[in-house]
Amino acid sequence: MGKQRVAIVGTGQTYHKSHRPDVNGQELINEAVQAALADADLTIGQIDAIVIGNMDHFEGINYVDCWSVDGSGGVMKPIIKLTTGGTTGSTLAIGGYHMVASGLFDRVLVIGWEKNSESDTTGAITTAFDPVWDRLVFAGAISGLAAEAQAYMAKYGATDRDGARVSVRDRRHACNNPHTQLRKAVTIEEVLASPMLADPIHLLDVCPRTDGACAVIMAGERLAEKITATPDWIWATANRHTYTYLGDANFGRLDSMAAASREIYQKTGIREPAKEIGVIELYQPYSFAGIMWIEDLGLAEYGMGAEFIWSGATDMGGEIPINPSGGVIACNPIGATGLIRCAEAALQVMGKAGDRQVPDVDLALSTGFGGCFWSDILLHGRRKPDF
Amino acid sequence: MPDSNPVIIESGGAGQPFNYAVGLHGSLFLQELRDNRRFMAVRCPRCGKVYIPPRRVCGACFVEMDDFVEVGPQGTIGTFTILRYAFIDPETGEQKPVPYGYGFIRLDGADTLFQHYIDIQDESKLVIGARVEPVFADARKGTVKDIEYFTIID
Repeated sequence: MGKQRVAIVGTGQTYHKSHRPDVNGQELINEAVQAALADADLTIGQIDAIVIGNMDHFEGINYVDCWSVDGSGGVMKPIIKLTTGGTTGSTLAIGGYHMVASGLFDRVLVIGWEKNSESDTTGAITTAFDPVWDRLVFAGAISGLAAEAQAYMAKYGATDRDGARVSVRDRRHACNNPHTQLRKAVTIEEVLASPMLADPIHLLDVCPRTDGACAVIMAGERLAEKITATPDWIWATANRHTYTYLGDANFGRLDSMAAASREIYQKTGIREPAKEIGVIELYQPYSFAGIMWIEDLGLAEYGMGAEFIWSGATDMGGEIPINPSGGVIACNPIGATGLIRCAEAALQVMGKAGDRQVPDVDLALSTGFGGCFWSDILLHGRRKPDF
Repeated sequence: MPDSNPVIIESGGAGQPFNYAVGLHGSLFLQELRDNRRFMAVRCPRCGKVYIPPRRVCGACFVEMDDFVEVGPQGTIGTFTILRYAFIDPETGEQKPVPYGYGFIRLDGADTLFQHYIDIQDESKLVIGARVEPVFADARKGTVKDIEYFTIID
């Protein structure tokens, strides 16, 4: 474990939209930072270091850590840029946690952001993949996701309807979240009638493109309890990377999430995650992932994910609500998205989640996913951990 | 009223070229594909996994590999999708030929999947496990395009 315990003491997000033509990237970042500082009642002068990231390809500006100092508050502060594709936001959270846990920094500002409106999303994502071996057939992020869903469906008999039920859940949850982009519920029939993008994924099964920023402030334990009466303690983090070529993946099982979650549960003594965890903000870029990856998280047996979803266990009021914020299907500013999962889990633990609050949250999970099947996980808790 | 028309900045015909080295393992694969229409994979001496395309290091074992094995040319559909939404391929500047079959092919003898187009004249035939074989281009240059697509064998 680290040299000191770490807690999230404040969060801030923009009101995410498909297009923010009124601000450039730095100004968008500044909105989230000001909100987080206000939430924690801190000034930028009290921040020791900044961890910032986005998925560079989307804006085509590769020194965003330097380029954005006016907006981030980072002028003449130590700044580290982290950028790991879809997991950028959750990697940022883990990186910020590491910096404070090390004892070298006491108050770290973590910033994730994206202006997806500023470029061609598919073209940009293509540059994340091997130019010689992976780009011939490639069709953007949906490529591997559709192939994964096909493999799972062939093995376990899941259907379009099972995927659609997940979309319905998240889009309904999103109606409670003033920050999210899409705030209109959908029905199963609407999802199945929406255009098919890549079999079996319909338009309403996947995330939109979004401009948005999120900022989270992490503090060491001595300061955290002075800054806020309701710190969100980081109990554990884990991540697993994988890739080389897309054809190397084990389609139909998210091995990286299974391995990362086992590490989290082992470190913290969790034996029955569905019972012991109060809420999950799952980085779920499309609906079928909500069937498959809950099995890799150990919430349901292999092949039983659809039944778990249909039982209502993951709806608000269920045994383990997933994505009270509406999740990624309602909002996806890619570099921010993983950090928004972290911030939303923090809001749940801190009791600040407003209309989307799950009552009495003790432990919360937030995750990140990258399009080549890697995973980040953070476990948050209301009680200070004794390790 | 603010002007909502974007200002266009164009680079004309200027591109941003990259010259990628594929390495000796990649070169061997592409040469054999071009010259002999053979698929060369490589086997890890420790775990026995057969990788295509071949690469120098087995990531799981972190050991170097030089035990080349021929795989395919036939195989089965490992997984797939049918791509239906239209988008511009940034590698070519042209719209992708939707709908198209997007295959992850398990070539006979290989453990990793090889990506390529699958012919979808009959979409109902695209199922995991279906047998496929490659259709080669007449003029081959040493790229994965030396295969035009895979076709389903009844």
